Formats: sequence, structure tokens, C-alpha cells
Amino acid sequence: MNIERLELLKSKLQQFEAEYSDTNGSPGFYIDKDSVIDACRVIKNDLGFRSCVDAISVDRFSKKLRFEMIYNLVSIEHNERIFVKVRLDTKSPAMQSLSQVWDSANWYEREAYDLMGINFENHPDLRRMYMPEAYEYHPLRKDFPLMGIPDSIPLPNK
Amino acid sequence: MSQTETGELKSTETAGTNTKSKILQALESKDLNVQFTDALDNEMVLNMGPQHPATHGVLRLLVSLDGETVVNCVPELGYLHRGYEKLAESCSYHEFIPHTDRLDYLSPMANNVGYALAVEKLLHLEIPERGQYIRVIIAELARIQSHLLAMGALVMDIGAVTPFLWAIREREKILDLYDIICGARFTTSYTRIGGVAQDVTDEALNGIKQFLDELTATLDDMRNLVERNKIFIVRCEGIGYLPKERCIELGLTGPLIRACGIERDLRRCEPYLVYDKLDFRVPTYNDSDCLARYYVRVEELVESVKIIRQCLEKIPSGPHNALQSKKVLPKKDRVYTKMEELIHDFMIINFGVNPPVGESYSAIEASKGELGFYFISDGSGHPWRMKIRSPSFSNLQALSEMMNNCMISDTVVIIGSVDPVMGEADK
Repeated sequence: MNIERLELLKSKLQQFEAEYSDTNGSPGFYIDKDSVIDACRVIKNDLGFRSCVDAISVDRFSKKLRFEMIYNLVSIEHNERIFVKVRLDTKSPAMQSLSQVWDSANWYEREAYDLMGINFENHPDLRRMYMPEAYEYHPLRKDFPLMGIPDSIPLPNK
Repeated sequence: MSQTETGELKSTETAGTNTKSKILQALESKDLNVQFTDALDNEMVLNMGPQHPATHGVLRLLVSLDGETVVNCVPELGYLHRGYEKLAESCSYHEFIPHTDRLDYLSPMANNVGYALAVEKLLHLEIPERGQYIRVIIAELARIQSHLLAMGALVMDIGAVTPFLWAIREREKILDLYDIICGARFTTSYTRIGGVAQDVTDEALNGIKQFLDELTATLDDMRNLVERNKIFIVRCEGIGYLPKERCIELGLTGPLIRACGIERDLRRCEPYLVYDKLDFRVPTYNDSDCLARYYVRVEELVESVKIIRQCLEKIPSGPHNALQSKKVLPKKDRVYTKMEELIHDFMIINFGVNPPVGESYSAIEASKGELGFYFISDGSGHPWRMKIRSPSFSNLQALSEMMNNCMISDTVVIIGSVDPVMGEADK
């Protein structure tokens, strides 16, 4: 990404108090979870990042703001990639669903909901992606044991 | 007409109640309330998969039908979920390499390359030119391997078996080449952090050269057989159409987005390895239907052959692994004879490569699209979090939109044109 575009990006996101954080060469921005929807509309419509190609859920395992969502956004015209990062609460991690902005966030957020237990408000179809529907746990959380929890999935009767 | 039919049916039923077979009695249980007025005039829900030959693995689709027209389609994933992202958090960076084979198991070499490049970006490690050329060759072989099967399977879903058998025969030769290159046919695990497991021999390079000549001949035969076949064209043209805007909105990558006229190929847009030194074309089509996706794949095959031929000419001699003894595994014969190498081997195996604290994302253009790895490192020997950005997963998201208002027989063609691999989509 060239410097002019980066400065434009920074100035546009200044009103949302975005905090710049480099991701090994690609720009990233921490945005508050209350203003993330408005900021993402600006990113999509004014700056041309029309594709959301991935969403990464992170469990930092810290006392405050334990969870984090990272959205991987791509602008095909400008050939650029940025990351939008949102810090979430420890007790009940929830944020506005970005599938209101990018349709492709739908499945990525379902995956994050399934594996990390993050709730997305106004999501069109918040179901589990991989695990069985009746499953109670969120396996990617750091306090979930690697071997799994015995008897958490009922086996079929013989 | 239907009335007379049902009338006749009823009269025979009442006449021969005692002679009716048990299976018919079971069919007429109490809760059966379907009325067979016209077979093509009722809504039904069809469950396709997870064990269905046309779904290419364990993809399950719930299709709601109006007659023969698809009204809605809901894909369900997770039948091959093995929790690789969780496993990665307790594996060292080297230990995870064999798991990457099992992601997109139709092109394991490309996954190896993508993973190794992502870890190297995290480590700020550059590998020598010979290693880079070897990686380009194996990544392109993986693309040929995957596209041959995608082509063959798409054509077989339509009903032509011969091209599929020819494709499998060519693919078998690639597996034999893998055997020479790295000692395994299918689960290759060939790359290492900072290079590859062993250098390629001249025998392997000559084998690849010979294979490319054979492949071009067979590919021409296949194209002659398929592309002028009217049944194939009619079954593919205009099927599974997705407008360009939606392709961007849904975050599609790979042949799917190139089939709608967007020239996005990470080999060109975000060049990695030595792709910026190679001459190749990025084929694009504007129709965004199954036929366009087929053509994009076939032309990519031709381009891959071109790339490998250039690599075979340009490949320099020299070391294939980076000279960073604290990050790159030493050769086994030196581990057994030299003290220094033994210590490094012990440290790398037991404590890992310990990248600096930070986050990193690196993606390659795999055969299905953008295959990316997002690493979060806490400075220890295994990643704090690793996220796999798998192309099949995000491409599948477009499936239900492509299937809107198509016929039930077109569903298999559309799945074939998306070319999902469930090992990758389910992670």
C-alpha cells in the first residue's frame, strides 16, 4: 500500500478513533466495537474495500478484553489488503455483525460463533458452522482442553 | 387424467388388499399424507449428501425443490472437521507441516508451500533461489494435479467418463513424480521451514520434463473430446451464473473470480517466490458460468505447464535451504556426526523456532483460490493462534446463490464447477 492511500485511510478513520497497528507489512486498525459498523461502511464505500475474505477470532486469554475479531479486507481495484480489529469483552463477547456490510462475513462469523463463542448481533443466520447443533462448548477457546470434554457428544446407540 | 389414474389405483388397492406385498403395506402407514396428483407439481425437500458421489466429499446440501427447480439450498459443513486450528496451538511450527497435507488433499504440495511461506514471513526468513524455484515447480505441479481432477470430475458429473479416466491417468504420473521428489505419493510434507526436505534430483527434473510433454498431448485430446461436445456445452453454458458484483461481495477467489472477468491472481497481485520473474498469463473469462470456470481451469493448466518449463530452464544450482542454523533443520547425516548440528536439531525439535512476538498473514494462490495462514505468535515455539483461510470454505458460500432457480440436475454441475475440497473447507 502506498503512503498516500495509507494517509487517506488514516484520515478517514480518524473520526472513529482508529488505532493503527501493523500486521507484518499490512496495515491494521483497532476500532471500537460501538463504531465498527459505521467505520466499515466508510471503508467499504469510500475506500473501495469491497471484499471481506476472512474473519479471525482470537482468544487473548487476558483478564480484560479477552476476545478479538480480525477482519481481512481486500480492495481488488487498488490491490490492497487491510485488517480491521475489534476488541471484545471477556464475559459476554458480542459485537454488531459485519455481514450487514459484507455478505461474505456471514459464514466467517458463524465459524467464530461456533468455535470461539462470540455473539454477533443482527446476524441473518447465526448457527453453528462445524460442531453439532446441540454442542455446548466453544472448542477454540483457550480454556477448552485439547483432548475435548468426555461425553460432550452423545454417541449413537448400538 | 390424474383423477382417472388415482381412481384406478384406488380400485386395484381395494380389490387386492390381501395379496399386497409387505413393502407396499409399510408404505401406506398412517402418517403418509402425500397425494400423487402430479409428480412435478409439489414442493419437496431433498437431502443430498454427506455421502453422495457428486458432492466431492462430505458436503451435505439440503435442497428444497419446486418440481425439478431448486428453490433454496442450504449447505451444511463440518463432517470432516478435525479441529486443525486447535491442534496447531499445541504443535510446534514444524510439527504442523504434515497436517497441511490433509487440508486440500488434492494438492498437498501447494499447502506445504503456503504454510512454509507463512511461517517464513513470520520469521523474516528468506530462502535461496534454488529452493524458491523448487517450490514454484511443486506448487504448479499441485495446481495441475488439482485442476486435472476438477476438470475430469466436472465432465464425469455430466456423464462423460473417458476424460475423467485420462485425467486420473495423468494425475497418477504426478503422484509418481512426487514419489521421486520426496518419497511419498499423496501426503507429501515436502517443505520445511527455510527450504525443502531434500534437493530435487536430476532424475526428478527430467521426469517432470517428460511428463509435461505427455500432458500437453493428453490435454489436447481431452479438450478435443470435451469442448466440441454439444451435451457438455449445453449443460454448462449459463448454468450457475453469478454476477460480478456478487462475486466480489462474497469474497470469492481463484478460478471463480477469474471466470467473472476480474484478473485477480495472487501470483500477479502479491507476488511471492519467483513468480515476478516468470512469464505467464492470467486467464480470465467474462461469462461467470460453469463453462467459463471450466475454461479458466483448463487455460491455467496450460499456463502452469509454461511456468514449470521456464523454471526447469532457469533453476540455478546451489543450496536449497536457508543458511540460518537456529531456524532451519540441519541435514540428518550432519546431525549424527557433528556436535553443533546435533544441538541445533535438538533445540529446533524440542523448543521450536520461536518467531518474534507479533502477527502475520501470508497467502498464496492455491489451485482453489487464496490459501492464507494468519499467525499470532507469543514468542514461544508454537503459535498462539493460527487461522487457515481456506478457499473452498469461502467459495462454498456462493453455492446457494448459484443454485437459485436452477434444475436439480444442474446442482452436480455447479458443485463440480466450484470444485470444493471438504478437507479444506472443514479444516
